[in-house]
Amino acid sequence: MRVPLSWLAELVDLAPGARGPAVAASLVGVGLEEEALHGGDVTGPLVVGRVLTIDEAVQKNGKTIRYCTVDVGEHGQRVTDGIPQEIVCGATNFVVGDLVVVVLPGAVLPGGFAISARKTYGRVSNGMICAEDELGLGEDHSGIIVLTDYLGAERSATLQPGDDAISLLGLDDEVLEVNVTPDRGYCFSMRGIAREYWHSQGSPAGGFRDPGAVGGIPPDTTTGYAVHLTDSAPIDGVPGCDRYVARIVRGVDPTAASPSWMAARLTQAGMRPISLAVDVTNYVMLLVGQPLHAFDLHTLSGSIVVRRATEGERLTTLDDVERSLHVEDLLITDGGREPLAIAGVMGGATSEVTASTTDILIEAAHFDPVTVARSSRRHRLTTEASKRFERGVDPQITAAAAQLAVDLLVEHGGGVADTGSTDVDLTHGRTAYALDPALPARLVGVPYSRERVVAILRDLGCAVQDDGDTVSVTPPSWRPDLVDGPDYAEEVARIDGYERIPSVLPTPTAGRGLTLSQLVRRIVATTLVGRGCTEVLTYPFVTADFGDTLGLPSDDPRRSAIRLANPLSDQAPLLRTSVIDSLVDALRRNVSRGQRDLALFEIGSVTRPVPGTAHTAPVPGVHERPDAATIDSIDAAVPPQPRHLGIVLAGDTERSGWWGKGRPADWADVVDLVRATASSLSLTVTAEPAQQAPWHPGRCARLSLADGTPLGYAGELHPAVLQRLGLPARTCAAEVSLEVLVAARETPAKQAPFSTRPVALTDVALTVPESVAAGEVERTLREAAGAHLEWVTLFDVYRGEQVGAEEKSLAFRMAFRAPDRTLRTDEVSGYRDLAVAAAAARFGAVQR
Amino acid sequence: MSAPNSSYDPVEVAALQPDALAAAIEAATAAFAAAADLEALKAARLAHLDKGAVAAARREIGALPPSAKAEAGKRVGAAMDAVRTAYEAREAHLQEQAAERILVEERVDVTVPTGRRPVGARHPVELTQERLMDIFVAQGWEVAEGPEVESEWMNFDALNLGKDHPARQMQDTFFVDPPDGGLVLRTQTSPIQIRTMLTRTPPIYVVAPGKVFRTDDLDATHTPVFHQIELLAVDKGLTMAHLRGSIDHFVRAMFGDVRTRVRASYFPFTEPSMETDFECFACLGAEAAVRGDCRTCGGSGWIELGGSGMVNRKVFTACGIDPDVYTGFAFGFGIERALQLRNGVGDMRDIVEGDVRFSGQFGMAV
Ligand SMILES: [Zn+2]
Repeated sequence: MRVPLSWLAELVDLAPGARGPAVAASLVGVGLEEEALHGGDVTGPLVVGRVLTIDEAVQKNGKTIRYCTVDVGEHGQRVTDGIPQEIVCGATNFVVGDLVVVVLPGAVLPGGFAISARKTYGRVSNGMICAEDELGLGEDHSGIIVLTDYLGAERSATLQPGDDAISLLGLDDEVLEVNVTPDRGYCFSMRGIAREYWHSQGSPAGGFRDPGAVGGIPPDTTTGYAVHLTDSAPIDGVPGCDRYVARIVRGVDPTAASPSWMAARLTQAGMRPISLAVDVTNYVMLLVGQPLHAFDLHTLSGSIVVRRATEGERLTTLDDVERSLHVEDLLITDGGREPLAIAGVMGGATSEVTASTTDILIEAAHFDPVTVARSSRRHRLTTEASKRFERGVDPQITAAAAQLAVDLLVEHGGGVADTGSTDVDLTHGRTAYALDPALPARLVGVPYSRERVVAILRDLGCAVQDDGDTVSVTPPSWRPDLVDGPDYAEEVARIDGYERIPSVLPTPTAGRGLTLSQLVRRIVATTLVGRGCTEVLTYPFVTADFGDTLGLPSDDPRRSAIRLANPLSDQAPLLRTSVIDSLVDALRRNVSRGQRDLALFEIGSVTRPVPGTAHTAPVPGVHERPDAATIDSIDAAVPPQPRHLGIVLAGDTERSGWWGKGRPADWADVVDLVRATASSLSLTVTAEPAQQAPWHPGRCARLSLADGTPLGYAGELHPAVLQRLGLPARTCAAEVSLEVLVAARETPAKQAPFSTRPVALTDVALTVPESVAAGEVERTLREAAGAHLEWVTLFDVYRGEQVGAEEKSLAFRMAFRAPDRTLRTDEVSGYRDLAVAAAAARFGAVQR
Repeated sequence: MSAPNSSYDPVEVAALQPDALAAAIEAATAAFAAAADLEALKAARLAHLDKGAVAAARREIGALPPSAKAEAGKRVGAAMDAVRTAYEAREAHLQEQAAERILVEERVDVTVPTGRRPVGARHPVELTQERLMDIFVAQGWEVAEGPEVESEWMNFDALNLGKDHPARQMQDTFFVDPPDGGLVLRTQTSPIQIRTMLTRTPPIYVVAPGKVFRTDDLDATHTPVFHQIELLAVDKGLTMAHLRGSIDHFVRAMFGDVRTRVRASYFPFTEPSMETDFECFACLGAEAAVRGDCRTCGGSGWIELGGSGMVNRKVFTACGIDPDVYTGFAFGFGIERALQLRNGVGDMRDIVEGDVRFSGQFGMAV
């Protein structure tokens, strides 16, 4: 809402000397946030000038330029020498003798544009003759302002060259823009803003002049225009229209212009002046918040019937869009037949006031907020009217608003108001609320006295009756938001001043610290960062064909993804089912920006709809806690969203440098990152070969915890997948379940005893067929080597002349240690031989 | 070597003469001193200690009559000690020299790069979120989380955002297909409040961080996916004063010792509602001219923090909490905004694009 300060000052006493910033601060104090402050930034000299001579010449560039002399009164820089001000002007819409607006050197125009004498088109121009846009008065730059046209002959007759034009044009006026929250529809009017400013000043008696207090409103007469309010399908039992005032003004001069002050105020408020009839409806709306509609009376043939639309009806609205109407749309119709307007949203083209309209029917109605909101949303049509109706318009301002419009049309359009008047009023007064006067203090924490609570509510316009126990409060008609106790508590706090609310730290009950899940995430992330990985957070949106891109089998459950009804991009309508689905995007972006050696990870949720489940959640009421079954069905409808850890590696894991060549990241690095992560949680991970998309079928490990719980997969990505994704060759990735890690850590880590006796190391090289997995051999050795085996590790793999063509030699180092004594050499050899025998029996391994 | 001879006079044996021994010591000492390195010293040792005049003299002792042995032995022993001492002193000196030379020879250029295995970095959004959680966990609050694909009832209805509520239309919501299926990508962390109130009994003090979604296109100031952190307290006797106290504490912990100011606002899920600004930490105490140009606060000296308020009775009712017994407050704040303010992040795209150079600037600290 844009608030011209000069207009505001007509309605409410401003604090002495208060300019824009002070008024803004006062309004902020009562909860109206300042968005911007416009205007008030023009400094003179900006004066009235009379054009004395015009010397017109066409320039080489084809432009017509006028070398003028202008009488600017005593502001003339050479006035004592009797030489008038010389000004060069590019506009041609004026003649000698016209009164114009002249800005002189030293002045500053809106936007900090400083004026000085400067040479233009070969001559010095000592200032400028101004157009509307240069003064911030409008958008018009088609010519300069000719004051006789701009202000009217009457007002300009009194002007003298040299008169100050800043105040003349209202350029000293400031326009404050405030943000109106959805609960305060009444503040979409000068009336509401003025009232709030008045409250900010302590609501002094007589300080607020309600523009809605209008005299001379005729009662409903039988001779008024016939209006019928019908509603076959009220929404939530609320009729679409409960008040309709119709007034007629005849004989309005269609050529009559809006008075300049009205046009100026509309412009200041951000609306374009159009014609007297339209301007009057807009002006009254800005003044009291009641949207009005002006119909050309001669386009109407029957009575006005308000009804819901029927299936298949259409209406071309004022914006020239033909709209198919919905049965919930409330319509203003001609005799119940032709739709004239979507109630409270926008009028139709057929009944529009035109340049030849002389007889006007003014509609001032009160429409159901929900009905208007739905129509506005349905037709994607937000108008000044719909904005106000859906936030709640004062149902008791209707007749006054119509009267204000009638008066303005009569005064400025020379029309005559019909004596007949229609006011169909189905509204009923607000019911009183029994307020516990202690509630504001209980909620706000400031000890408001009963008297203070009552006084504030009365200032707000509530009818308050103190019943001794509770106080009976009836809110004013313009405050549909005041319903419940806390609504009144907020009003008390707001008017008393939020700044009086003290700052007190609450004392929560003792907490248990972070949850295990949060701790595990921090540990995992810290481990990976220490290992050189960088955390990223990617959007979870993936393409419709991500399953094909990743080469997932057609029946892979990961293909079953949640689809968005309104994705940001049709390219990415699905939610990821694995973190690496979107993590690869970050990798690709980094590569495209010239990064080569990359290790990225993300801990985030993936969405895994349950196949065969509809995932449709009930939407129960809110007047009580839903029953357990309903809550369960909501929970069941929300798809499982487990947290995963995704890792991608590309380029070198050990960098090249003066020390030598780097080492490219490979499948083992990414497996090891998962192992390191598990290890930092005191968990061990086993790997076995797996064929799982999108990994390389020969370089993918299925990872499990020691107890066999599946954790995820790691390895090199499939070359075809890498090609489709546009990722570097040999990119490696891991995807593991964070939930599994968390669950495994739910019991505290237990310490196993370890021996302090000397360790006995022994190496063994085993020749096995190529197809035998080293991990399997290692596990066999571990299982067969007896209780004193402390660890076994593969330290060399040999292929070549000393073994067969389809064979490899695996060299293991085994460490033995007894808890209570030093092992003898022959004991160690015996254990090793047992292990080797088991490997021989199982894999045909031959010791080299 | 001669056999013992009782008539043999040691004085007669030239090698055992004191003068001869003195000369031998002198010669040995000179030879050791002349040895330039351990190699040369080894040769000198052979010539003057292992062999040489003193060693030869010692061999003569065996041939002396017993009466003369003691004195001659003493004399030769002293000479031997003198030579050995001279040797050892020189050896220690040369060893020390050699050690020093090795240290000089092993000198490296420590200015060469060392980044063979660079460390990674956390994402600053996560770090900021963790920091905020820790501030409240330290006061006894607990952390609550919830799903990102959320039911409409939890995200809207239960929070007093009915289907026709203007505020519900202001939020640009991602709907799960089919759009009438009752599922959305949560537009706020507030559904966690609902889940918390449905599953816990008061007193409740939870801090709820998480990812939220709105259908904004990505640009310098908007992102469709961002993060919020939210407070919810439900207890007997809580007032807006406690809300303000919690916010003040939060502001001080994040932005230093600055003041806050509050004003009335509107949110469907709270009543009364409150908006908080805090003093601009960037230009606080600076001259007026400097404050006017401050980019952090836009010259106003105040920074808008976020919305809050007392939990709406309707929200309590939808969650089965008696609003006549309990009061509560809620407060929400954008993590990205904290990051922009505290860490001078200018462009939202840097936060979401995953460029390693962004996170890399923070390491594991915000
Ligand atoms: Zn600042």
